[in-house]
Amino acid sequence: MPDGGDAVLDVRGLKTVFRTRGGEVHAVNSVSFHLRRGELLGVVGESGSGKSVTMMSLIGLLPMPPAEVRGGEVWLGGRDILKIPDSDLREVRGAKVGFVFQDPMTSLNPVFQVGFQIMEPLIRHMGMTKAQARVRAAELLELVGISDAQSRLDSYPHQFSGGMRQRVMIAIALACDPDVLIADEPTTALDVTIQAQIIELVKDLRHKLGMAIIWITHDLGVIAGIADRVMVMYGGQVVEHGPVKALFADPQHPYTRALLKTVPSLTGAREARLQVIEGQPPIMTEEPRACPFAPRCAHAFERCDVENPRRRAVDGLPLGQGHDVACHWEARHG
Amino acid sequence: MLTYALRRLLLAIPTLLLISLVIFLLVDLAPGSPMSEIPLTVPPEVRLKMIAAMGADQPVFVRYVLWLRQFFWVEPMHQVDLLFGSHIVEGQQRIISYQTRGPVFTVIGERIPQTLTVIGTAYLVGVLIAVPIGIYSAYRQYSWFDQLGTFIAMLGYSVPTFFTGVLMIVIFAIKLHWFPSIYNTSLKVTDWASLLAQIRQMALPVLVLSLFNAAEISRYTRSSMLENLGQDYVRTARAKGMGEGTVVLKHVLRNSLIPVVTVIALGIPGIFGGAIITENVFKVNGIGAALIGAIHANDLPMVQTLTFIFAVLIVVFNLIADILYGVLDPRIRYD
Repeated sequence: MPDGGDAVLDVRGLKTVFRTRGGEVHAVNSVSFHLRRGELLGVVGESGSGKSVTMMSLIGLLPMPPAEVRGGEVWLGGRDILKIPDSDLREVRGAKVGFVFQDPMTSLNPVFQVGFQIMEPLIRHMGMTKAQARVRAAELLELVGISDAQSRLDSYPHQFSGGMRQRVMIAIALACDPDVLIADEPTTALDVTIQAQIIELVKDLRHKLGMAIIWITHDLGVIAGIADRVMVMYGGQVVEHGPVKALFADPQHPYTRALLKTVPSLTGAREARLQVIEGQPPIMTEEPRACPFAPRCAHAFERCDVENPRRRAVDGLPLGQGHDVACHWEARHG
Repeated sequence: MLTYALRRLLLAIPTLLLISLVIFLLVDLAPGSPMSEIPLTVPPEVRLKMIAAMGADQPVFVRYVLWLRQFFWVEPMHQVDLLFGSHIVEGQQRIISYQTRGPVFTVIGERIPQTLTVIGTAYLVGVLIAVPIGIYSAYRQYSWFDQLGTFIAMLGYSVPTFFTGVLMIVIFAIKLHWFPSIYNTSLKVTDWASLLAQIRQMALPVLVLSLFNAAEISRYTRSSMLENLGQDYVRTARAKGMGEGTVVLKHVLRNSLIPVVTVIALGIPGIFGGAIITENVFKVNGIGAALIGAIHANDLPMVQTLTFIFAVLIVVFNLIADILYGVLDPRIRYD
């Protein structure tokens, strides 16, 4: 398993279930991954593949009930944070782990000044006084590239554009110098030029501050540009994982291959239609016993319907260290 | 904000003038004569003289304009005269009640404290219970507490106060003898015993009315809280590691209160107008009871003045609600 030494976050066998009236939904099924210091892990998959739920459940942000974390371990700072009481977990959230969410238009509280919203975690976690927190909040706003920070502290969120609000969200997430920043589709709700600015900002901050980042997205182009490693999720499980170059150069899982094909190319011959993956991602009403992708897979054979594939190494390195895939089908090389 | 408030105030003037005209004409069109209280033995020519003395023989528009002048100039200036000992409107005709042959505003001045003590307390109590209940019901949606709250609120809102009032009287006053059934207006609070008596006689009307008020406001609070609890910014607050108390009572409540506060403000004119029935059930000699009495006695000036005061209150509290909205919600700027 992963080299515990330099992993800031180590998730093992995480299982999350939603209890609904229509029965249970197994949203996260035995997800394991780790994050090294200063590393950027990209998490990709379609909507409903369990990316966000995985990240929210490891830090206790899902409403419980209906959600229930049914198993697994999440090691952060020498503790399994799934086993610690809620009050201790609150000390972790916002301090050790920062969150940036998808929609900056709704993620900030509309009735409080931006400065107050940045100061809140500083006062709570760092024990700062209001005056100290205000100074630090202004620094943070400058850090995320908002000019005239001192006076902008007194603005309300509606006085900011979407991109600026996402910068504020990033400032809040970074306020207490977290070890891990979880960015849940931080650019999806923004228009393309603003997306590029935010991505540049995160790249820049990563070099300055050196925290590890989990970047959830369904934009493979973004991942290729910024990630060190990539984790592809489908049906609430990790179907392929590996260093970004290896994974993009030699995708093993039919789903990853299909995802890569859906990215329209700017160069070369223009195809008549954009590629799509036919069908819908599954809703798991029980723990999967077959490969969740089998119904949509072009390479599926009998074994796929009776046995859920385990992750296996592709490049001979220990599982989690190199390139691995959860698929019965062996992709032909070359 | 200030220009907005001023603009709204200016707009309120034509609104109120129109309302006053409608009220005046409607009340005037109603059947009945100011002489209905006068014994039939009084000869017709004397009646005519009496009517003339009251100015009731004048055409309706003349009376309307005179009444306007009295309402907007003479009565306010009379209060000024009383306060500062000046003589601005000395000797000018005030609005006179047909019933008491005294100024309408004297009656109103006597009745308003009764209404404010009983109905005002009920409203205050209602708000103070409703808001916490609404918050907790929303936070623990579908819990037994929420279900019970929903049931009581439905009951409180759908059963009219004249029914719950009589029911309470039957149970607590007649069967159990815990509280008096009639409100004693002349009771003065001077010591602990009279304070206790005052609380006891207020208990039933306050209970009935606050149940009704709390029912409505708790539902508003609950639905507003529910709407906000699901918002993204709540998740952000939790992601920052804020405690549940801060998340719910600061982040969510502050947003949820915006519509609730306006509902509360809009309900305040109802303290004066809507409590008419409860005042009659419990014989509270307040402003509502004065209105009912005036209607029975064909006391046109009293009815017109009281109805118009309710209209003014409604317009004013609408304005206050709008301004509060702007104060509470930074997204709303009126300039």
